[in-house]
Amino acid sequence: MAERRLRVATASLAGCFGCHMSLLDMDARLLELLPHIEFDRSPFTDIKQLSPCDLGLIEGGVCNAENVEVLLEYRRKCRILVAVGACAITGGLPAQRNHLDIGACLQEVYLTEPGTTHGLIPNDPELPLPLDKVYPIQEVVRVDYFLPGCPPPAEAFWRLLSDLVAGRTPHLPRELIRYD
Amino acid sequence: MSTPPLTPELEAVLDRHGRDPTRLVQILREAQELAGWLPPPLITALARALRLPRARVEGTAAFYSFLYLRPAGRYRVLFSDNVTDRMQGSEALLDQLCERLWAEKGRVTEDGLVYIDTTSCTGLCDQGPGLLVNGWAIPRASRERLDLIAGLILEQRPLAEWPAELFHIDHPIHRRDLLLAEPPTAGEALAAVLAHDADGSGLLAQVERAGLRGRGGAGFPTARKWAACRQAPGAVHYVVCNADEGEPGTFKDRVLLAEYADLVLEGMTLCAYVLGAGRSPTQGLIYLRGEYRFLLEHLQSALARRRAAGLLGRAICGRAGFDFDIELHLGAGAYVCGEESALLESLEGKRGVPRNRPPYPVTHGYLGQPTVVNNVETFCAAAVIARHGAEAYRARGTPDSPGSKLLSVAGDCARPGVYEYPFGVTVREVLADCGAQDAQAVQVGGPSGTLVGPHEFDRRIAFEDLATAGAFTVFGPQRDLFEVVRNYVHFFAHESCGFCTPCRVGTAILRGVMDKIHAGRGARHDLEQLEQVERAMRLASHCGLGQTACNPLRDLRTRFRPTLERRLASLDFAPAFDLDAALARARAFTGRDDARAHLHTDTLAS
Ligand SMILES: Cc1cc2nc3c(=O)[nH]c(=O)nc-3n(C[C@H](O)[C@H](O)[C@H](O)COP(=O)(O)O)c2cc1C
Ligand code: SF4
Ligand code: SF4
Repeated sequence: MAERRLRVATASLAGCFGCHMSLLDMDARLLELLPHIEFDRSPFTDIKQLSPCDLGLIEGGVCNAENVEVLLEYRRKCRILVAVGACAITGGLPAQRNHLDIGACLQEVYLTEPGTTHGLIPNDPELPLPLDKVYPIQEVVRVDYFLPGCPPPAEAFWRLLSDLVAGRTPHLPRELIRYD
Repeated sequence: MSTPPLTPELEAVLDRHGRDPTRLVQILREAQELAGWLPPPLITALARALRLPRARVEGTAAFYSFLYLRPAGRYRVLFSDNVTDRMQGSEALLDQLCERLWAEKGRVTEDGLVYIDTTSCTGLCDQGPGLLVNGWAIPRASRERLDLIAGLILEQRPLAEWPAELFHIDHPIHRRDLLLAEPPTAGEALAAVLAHDADGSGLLAQVERAGLRGRGGAGFPTARKWAACRQAPGAVHYVVCNADEGEPGTFKDRVLLAEYADLVLEGMTLCAYVLGAGRSPTQGLIYLRGEYRFLLEHLQSALARRRAAGLLGRAICGRAGFDFDIELHLGAGAYVCGEESALLESLEGKRGVPRNRPPYPVTHGYLGQPTVVNNVETFCAAAVIARHGAEAYRARGTPDSPGSKLLSVAGDCARPGVYEYPFGVTVREVLADCGAQDAQAVQVGGPSGTLVGPHEFDRRIAFEDLATAGAFTVFGPQRDLFEVVRNYVHFFAHESCGFCTPCRVGTAILRGVMDKIHAGRGARHDLEQLEQVERAMRLASHCGLGQTACNPLRDLRTRFRPTLERRLASLDFAPAFDLDAALARARAFTGRDDARAHLHTDTLAS
C-alpha cells in the first residue's frame, strides 16, 4: 500500500511570516519531504478552506478575535498542533503592547494622533476586534509541541517534519535549542 | 555630582561594622531602621563609603523583601500569609485594616502614612494570624487588636509607645523529651567535655556514636560534617547557626532561641571546640531570620552573660587557646537564605543566591574558610549528647533516626505549640496529643515536605519514613486542600530567587496553572502539564527550593486527586482566560456590539 502523505496546514496569526520563511529555508530538503507531505490551507497554497489535517503549524500569537477563530478551527481540524516560533509560544514582539491598555492605544492612534480616520476609531464589523492582550497560543488551545526560536532554524523544521513523517516523537538536539 | 554627606547616625552604623563590605546586608538593614527606606542618594553614599559599585549595593538591597528602595510608608503592616494564618482569618482582617485606614493592599497611602501587604510565613502559626509592623512581630491579630493598631497609626504614635502587650509572644511547649527535659545550666556540657577531652576528638566520637543527624531537614550526619570541617585547612574555622526558619509552619527554632538560648549557644561552642581542637581560631555566627527581630536583644544579652561567665571569648572555661565568640546577623526576608550556601552569601553581604557545590561549606564556606552550618536544634542536640552521653541519646528514637525531634504543631487542633517526641512517633499519636479530631490531612515538614492523608496516619516521623524539619500542620475536614496547595505554590513562586530557569519559570507556570484551575478554567491537559513542569524542576533546579517546590502538588495529585479533579472544567482543554471578556475593552472603544465583536467558545469549539 502506498504511504499516505501527511496533510499539513499552516497559519500565521500575530506573526511576521519569518517563521514561514524559515521553513522554506529548508531549500532542497523540502523536495525530499514533499513525497511524504502535502500542504492544506497555508500561505504557501492559497487554499482557503481547512480540511481535516494531520499537522497544523501555527506562527504568531493571538491578538484579535479572528486569530482566536482561526486557531480554534485549526485545533479542531488538526490532529497535532505545533506552536512555531517565539510569538506563538510567548506572544513575542506583538506582546510588547501587553502593558498598555488597548483602549488607550486605540485612542492614541486614531483620536490623538493626526491620521486618516477623521477622529473615529474604526468600527467596521469586517475588522477583527483586538483582544485586551496578545496571548501565547497555548493559553487558548491545547498545544502538542513547541518549536522554539525566532524564527526556528530551517534545521528545526526539518527535524520536526522528518520525525513526524517517520512516526518518531519529535526531538530537537541541544544545538537547536540553545541561543547563546 | 556631589553626594550628600552621611548623617552622624549612619556614620556610627558604618563604624560599628568597620566599613566592611561583607557587612552590607546588616548595614542596609540598620540604615533602613533609621530612615524608613533606602533612598537613592543613601545607596550612592553607602556604596562610596564601602568602596562598592553602586549597582552591587542596589542589587543587594533589591534582593531582600524587607529592604525598600522606594518609600514604604511610615507604618508598614505586613500580614503573614501562611495557610495557617489564612485559616485563622488573616485575609478578612487585612481587608478590614485597609478599609479602616483608607489603604489599598500593596500601595503606600498618598499621605505616606501606611503600607499594608502580605509576607511569607512569619513563624507565629501557633498564635496567628501574625503581623509585622515595621519589622516587629505581633501575634493573634483580631478585629479588636487591629482596631487598636489602626488607632495608633492614625494618631501616628511611635512604635515604642505602643502597648507592650501587643508584641507579647508566647512560646508554648506541650511535650518535653530529651532536649527540653530540664532547664539547661549554662556551661554544664562544656565543663563535662573539657574535663576529659583535650582536643575535641572525644566529643566528635561521641556525636558520631550518638548518630546525630541534622535537624534542618536533610538529615546529614552531624559528626561527618564536623570531622570534614575539622580536617579542612583554613585560617579560621566558622560555626554558623542556621536560624532562618523560613519553612512555612515551622516555629520550633523560635521557641528554642527564646527559651533555650543557652543550649543553642553551648552547642555552637562545643562545635567550635571540635573544629579548632581547642587551639586554632574559631568564630561563630547566628543567622537570625528578619521576622525574629524581636529576639535580637534577648540573644545579645544571652551572649553578654556567657562572655561575663567565661563561656565565650578568650580562654573559655579557663582553657588557654580555646577562643570563640559569636556574632548575630539578621536576615531581611528571603526564604532561600535558609539554604546553607545562600545563607553564607547573605552573611557575606551579598544577594542570597545559592552557590555551586562542590566545594561544600565544610571546606569553602564563610569567606572561603572551612565552615559548619547547622540548624538551631542540631546544636541543642549536640549539647544534650555532650551532657548525657551518646548511649542515653541513642536509647531514644529509631536505629536510623536516634534521639528526639521537635515538632511545630499548628492548624486545626486544640493545642498548637511545640511538641518533642522520640523519633518514630506516628502521625496519629501526635494528632491525638494535640487534640485534632478528624483531620483530613497533615502537612509534615512544611510545603517542601509531605502532605499525608488519613490512610497514612500510622506512618512515623523519622528520616527513614516521614522526614521533617519540624512543621506539622493539621487540616480539618472543613479545609479545601486545593486552596492549601495553591497557597504553597504561590509561596514558592514568590520565594524563588530567580537564579535558575527551571525554578524561576517553573514556579511561575505552576502558579499560573493553579490560578487557572482556581478560576474554574482548568482541564485535564493542565494536570499533564503540571507533571512535565515538575519533572523539569526536580531534574534541573539549582537548589533544594526548586527541587521540592512541586511536592505539595505532587501530593495533591497522587493522594487527593479528586480534590483537584472536581475543580476542572470537564473539557479536554479550556482557555486560560475569558475570550469574550478580552474583547470588552475594544468593544467599548469602537462602540461595536455586532456578532463578530463577540467570541463564544461553546459555539466556536463545537
Ligand atoms: C530552600 C531551602 C531552605 C532551607 N531553610 C532552612 C532553614 O530555615 N533552617 C535550616 O536549618 N535549614 C534550612 N535548609 C537546609 C540547609 O540548607 C542545611 O541543610 C541545614 O542548615 C544544615 O543543618 P543541619 O545539618 O543541622 O540540618 C534549607 C534548605 C533549602 C534548600
Ligand atoms: S517568532 Fe520571530 S520569525 Fe516567527 S513570527 Fe515571531 S517574530 Fe517572526
Ligand atoms: S532552584 Fe530556585 S531558589 Fe534555587 S537557585 Fe534556582 S531559582 Fe534560586
